[in-house]
Amino acid sequence: ISSSSNGPKAEPMLLDHDPDDLFAEATEEVSLDSPERQMILSDGPSPAITPVTINPRADVFDRSPDQDEDEEENRDTFDIQISVSDPEKVGKTSLSIFSRDEVCVKRRFSDFLGLHSKLASKYMHIGYIVPPAPEKSIVGQRLGRRSSAVTELDPDAKACLCCRYLLRTVKQPALLKDPDVLQFLESSELPRAVSTQALSGAGILRMVNKAADAVNKMTIKMNESDAWFEEKQQQFENLDVQLRKLHASVESLVFHRKELSVNTASFAKSAAMLGNSEDHTALSRALSQLAEVEEKIDQLHQDQACADFYLISELLGDYVRLITAVKGVFDQRMKTWAKCQDAQVMLQRKREAEAKLQHANKPDKLQQAKDEIREWEGKVQQGERDFEQISKNIRREVGRFEKDRVKDFRVVIIKYLESLVHTQQQLIKYWEAFLPEAKAIA
Amino acid sequence: MTSISEDSDKEKVRSVSVDLNNDASLVIDIPDALCERDKVKFTVHTKTTLSSFQKPEFSVPRQHEEFIWLHDTIVETEEYAGLIIPPAPPKPDFEGPREKMHKLGEGESSMTKEEYAKMKQELEAEYLAVFKKTVQVHEVFLQRFSSHPIFRKDRNFQIFLEYDQDLSVRRKNAKEMFGGFFKNMVKSADEVLISGVKEVDEFFEQEKTFLLDYSSKIKDATAKAEKMTRSHKNVADDYNHISGALNSTAADNNTAFKKTISVCVLQKLEDRVASDQELKLTELLRYYTRDIQAAKDLLYRRARALADNENSNKALDKARLKGKDIAQAEENQKQCLQKFDKLSESGKKELTSFKARRVVAFRKNLIEMTELEIKHAKVRRLKSNNTLYGSKLSIFLLCQKSLGY
Repeated sequence: ISSSSNGPKAEPMLLDHDPDDLFAEATEEVSLDSPERQMILSDGPSPAITPVTINPRADVFDRSPDQDEDEEENRDTFDIQISVSDPEKVGKTSLSIFSRDEVCVKRRFSDFLGLHSKLASKYMHIGYIVPPAPEKSIVGQRLGRRSSAVTELDPDAKACLCCRYLLRTVKQPALLKDPDVLQFLESSELPRAVSTQALSGAGILRMVNKAADAVNKMTIKMNESDAWFEEKQQQFENLDVQLRKLHASVESLVFHRKELSVNTASFAKSAAMLGNSEDHTALSRALSQLAEVEEKIDQLHQDQACADFYLISELLGDYVRLITAVKGVFDQRMKTWAKCQDAQVMLQRKREAEAKLQHANKPDKLQQAKDEIREWEGKVQQGERDFEQISKNIRREVGRFEKDRVKDFRVVIIKYLESLVHTQQQLIKYWEAFLPEAKAIA
Repeated sequence: MTSISEDSDKEKVRSVSVDLNNDASLVIDIPDALCERDKVKFTVHTKTTLSSFQKPEFSVPRQHEEFIWLHDTIVETEEYAGLIIPPAPPKPDFEGPREKMHKLGEGESSMTKEEYAKMKQELEAEYLAVFKKTVQVHEVFLQRFSSHPIFRKDRNFQIFLEYDQDLSVRRKNAKEMFGGFFKNMVKSADEVLISGVKEVDEFFEQEKTFLLDYSSKIKDATAKAEKMTRSHKNVADDYNHISGALNSTAADNNTAFKKTISVCVLQKLEDRVASDQELKLTELLRYYTRDIQAAKDLLYRRARALADNENSNKALDKARLKGKDIAQAEENQKQCLQKFDKLSESGKKELTSFKARRVVAFRKNLIEMTELEIKHAKVRRLKSNNTLYGSKLSIFLLCQKSLGY
């Protein structure tokens, strides 16, 4: 079993449960005890299945007495560790997931997309932030370059992306309980998610819907009564812009660091040749040593570039996409409001119609009109309830999102700093070893 | 207009000259320089105890073209054919900073105030670096002359140092430039000549082999080092952009971001490393590429003289055969032989001292570069460690808080 050497292992992410969470009770049943993890080789046509482990562990902390849902969150947590290692390309990307029930499942990339679209259709309209689907390729824009390059992600990066997607999904308490998610994680055969293919009928329908949504967004003028929402929306707009900019800068950093690595290696070779050509013995040796140092530094640059990429760049990319999902949820709220408004307008119309009928004295139509009024009253009530619910959900989701964001970034920053410290450590070591060589030139 | 004045940093900046100002009887330096648009005006300052000069201490303003004039004049002096002529300093090249300034001007509207200020600061630093570099290289050029027993007595050199009026050096007109181009073409034919000529002297045979090989290798190493340094600068630039972007996000009241900003102080250090590396390693390689070329030129002149010598021998034999113009041919042959011997003798001395000089310069620069690398890495490690500790501590405290402690 080989495991991906470049990508970092997925982090155990903590799940926080909100005491208000409807599903809080239910999740406790899912807490599993922790026997030994067993690695099972996949039996299947695709070779080189690399271990992916789901390792749920229940750690139960004391419930905090503070029930305030905005502040202290219930520390009833359990850790799920999902790591996805390198898939081999077998036509499509396939991943193996070991679950503790010893079910090994293979998932294609399109399966992830299918899961996402199911979850999105179920949860977005009630205000849950559904983690965005992993993308097959990325459109990256390099600072200083005018063109944007569409690059197909390499398998390692893809695997990491899918892994992070899964982790984010299971972090959402509601989503974890979702039967589709559980099926995804555990069942051996998934019906092929055909509707995720770009040019399928469903795909086209999705595109049309997206366009319609965009148009609607422009036409809906919502009377925002709640300052919190207005403020938050603005915040997210700003954050979106800033993160995109940051992401572009970091991508540029990765690119340039890779370039630096290549140039350092090339210089190392050249210095070695110069050393060979040099006829003064001590200087010749020093130049050869210099070449070796530069070679090692080149390796350091490569490692650092990896850290830059896998830690920071990918995280930023994820958050750029997540914020799109967040904005989507705000849009859903607007849609809900619009629906509610429409219902009210309809109700008004029906009432007016009824009034007219009363004057016109048509008893049979009157009954129908009264029925319709009741129907629409119901709809209005439902609309208002939906609106309240979605607003409440969004508040909670945004709070959770922000907490997670701080945590995610903190974790990543610490890792990055550690990588920087390590790099400097190595640099010092190499140059200190070289110094006596330089001094020995006589 | 930018100027630099006496700077203790200059000691470190003087990367390729090694003890060239040892002899107190003639001390030259460039303490000051002004940059006006395209032109750089160097202040050449001389302190001397030699009687051949009118005053014991004096300064004159000189422009780059006047340095080139001096170089070309020396090269054309027949007498110095057996010496390695110090390579001419390259023209001051402000293209890099100028391009950056242009970009800065264009992008001003799209940047925040902090970003703009930061980029401007960076630009100024780069400008200063180029400036320092060109001053140093012109200074070393003069010091090579002043420290050489024969060159220091050269009349043109003294004029250069002393004459307080403009030397009125015309810019080379088209014909002269073309002539120069032709000369270069002939020069590469001389490579063939040098390699082709039959060498009797083992010393020169070895030198020839060495110089030809080393010359191409050092050219290559210089190019690769330049590329590497440029990449390093790009990385530093990226850190600058990142820290700018983080600054605006940090207004978002998020301490995690603030921590990362201090990480981007590391960017500043990357920048320093890039320019220190540049100065030490790349400049060293660049300088010696030119110097190796000067040594090759000496070999060429000697090879020419050898060819002339052989030709004169043949001519003498022919004359003896024909019985005509023997005296003239004999005279010619004697002169050629003399010239050749003189060239060989001084050439040997020059090439030997050249090697010693080169080794010392490499040693000095490699040591200084390494010490700087270590120093910067230690500072970066310290800073990263501090930030790391701070971050971990704050997470720890946060966990404690949320657990209700």
